[in-house]
Formats: sequence, C-alpha cells, structure tokens
Amino acid sequence: MVNYQHRRLDRVFAALVDPTRRAILARLEQEDSVAISALARPFAIKLPTVMKHLDVLGEAGLITRSKHGRTVDVRLSPAPLREAMDWLARYERFWSPALDRLAAHAEAKEREARALEARAGLKPE
Amino acid sequence: MTSLTLVRRIAARPTIVFEALSTAEGVAAWWGPDDLPVLSAELDARVGGAYRVRFQTLDGQQHEAFGECLEVDPPRRLALSWSYAFGGEPEEARRTSRVEFDVRPIDGGAELTLTHTRLANEASLASHAQGWTGSLAKLVGRLGALTANSQKE
Repeated sequence: MVNYQHRRLDRVFAALVDPTRRAILARLEQEDSVAISALARPFAIKLPTVMKHLDVLGEAGLITRSKHGRTVDVRLSPAPLREAMDWLARYERFWSPALDRLAAHAEAKEREARALEARAGLKPE
Repeated sequence: MTSLTLVRRIAARPTIVFEALSTAEGVAAWWGPDDLPVLSAELDARVGGAYRVRFQTLDGQQHEAFGECLEVDPPRRLALSWSYAFGGEPEEARRTSRVEFDVRPIDGGAELTLTHTRLANEASLASHAQGWTGSLAKLVGRLGALTANSQKE
C-alpha cells in the first residue's frame, strides 16, 4: 500500500519533468475537458507523440480519458498532483524554520568570532 | 522526481555556516521544524560517516532522522542521505531521500542553498526538476475548485 503510493508519486514527478506534458496539463487546467485532437493542435508534434505523452500522464493518474462517440476527451485529475505538492509542502515546513534558526545560530557565532578577532587585533603579538 | 530548494543569505562566513551544518553541536542548535530543543544529535562529517538526529515537534511527537554523509567538502558542500528511524510521516517510512547543502561566499557572509531531493528511479531526471515547480504550484492553485467539481459528480 505504502509502496504503491511511492511508485505512483514517482510516476507523477517523472510525468511532470517534460515541458510538453506540463503544457498539456496547463491547458487542461483552463478547460474542463479537451478532445485529444484539439489538445494536439498547439504543439509542433504529431498525434502519436501526443498520445504517448497522454499515456505517461494517464499512468501517473494525472489525467482521465473518456470516449464520446468518435472523440476522446481528456480531463485533469487533481489527486496525484495534490499528493506531490504535499511532499514539497511537508519538507518546506520542516526546512524553512530550521534554516532560519541555522542562520541565526551562525550569525551569533560570527559575532563571537569577530569579537574574539577584534580583541586579538587590539593586542597584536 | 522533484526537489525542494531553499536559499538563505547569512551574515556569517562560510566556515562558520559549514560548521553549523556539519557538527553535532551545530546541528543541535537548529534542526527540526519547531523551535524546540533537539533531543540528541550525532554527526560524523566524513564520507560514509553516520548522522542521527532526534527531535520533537509541537504536537509532542518524537522523530529521528538518520543517514550518512555522502559528500563532505568543507566549507562548500555537504550531502546527506535522509531516512526516518521513527516519526516523520507514515508514507516516508523506509524511504530514503537526499539532502544537499551548498555554501558559497557572498559579500558580507554566505549563501546557503538547501536541496532536498526525493529519489526517483531515473537519476537523469534531476536536471529537469527545477522547471516544473512553478507550473506545479500554478496547477495546484486550481485544485480546490477541481476537487469540488469532481465531488459533485
């Protein structure tokens, strides 16, 4: 169950690294559902290539496809994206305040070091 | 595969920043999401050296992150593997990710870049990771509405 979730998340991230696939998702977020032929039009690539991208997005669970007569409509499926964002958000919540404390700690150490150097500088030997 | 990248400009020289990252005493001063004392910290800053940090969060839970030093290049770079011995999120159990700290000198101090990378099967994807974070955030901005729609159906 847990492993299944990890594999799915890996597929989401792998799907998102490709600019064409991101452009497809961006288009799908504007419109509720888009026919595959309409989806392929703005890209300088052939329909089979678009189909391959849609397969990757579909396997990652990022889109759903449904057949209406002779056209296939594509829709955005938000749950896997949300899972990906949760991962980022969780670690951002961990690291952001930690790095702020790290900075404060290092800056205090820097002030100590400078005070020591200044004292040493007053009595050069 | 993705990575979280955060940058801090710090009014301290790189050697001091690196010491805060690469010593048990340093790590104990800042580790964890909440402003609570670190419970214990060990760090052997050599390639292959182990680290282990136990910390607590405001909900009263204890967590322990551990791993080893993958790259140690003072005062420039420290890379760690990251796993949770306990605590963390359930879905992170038995999962290893990679944490990198890069320190570079700037006027008046140091710039620290943290990169926390979720490990995926294809390491080659890493070079593309940066581009999509922005578009992902934009997409997620719409998720509330989309989820509401799919619930209605």
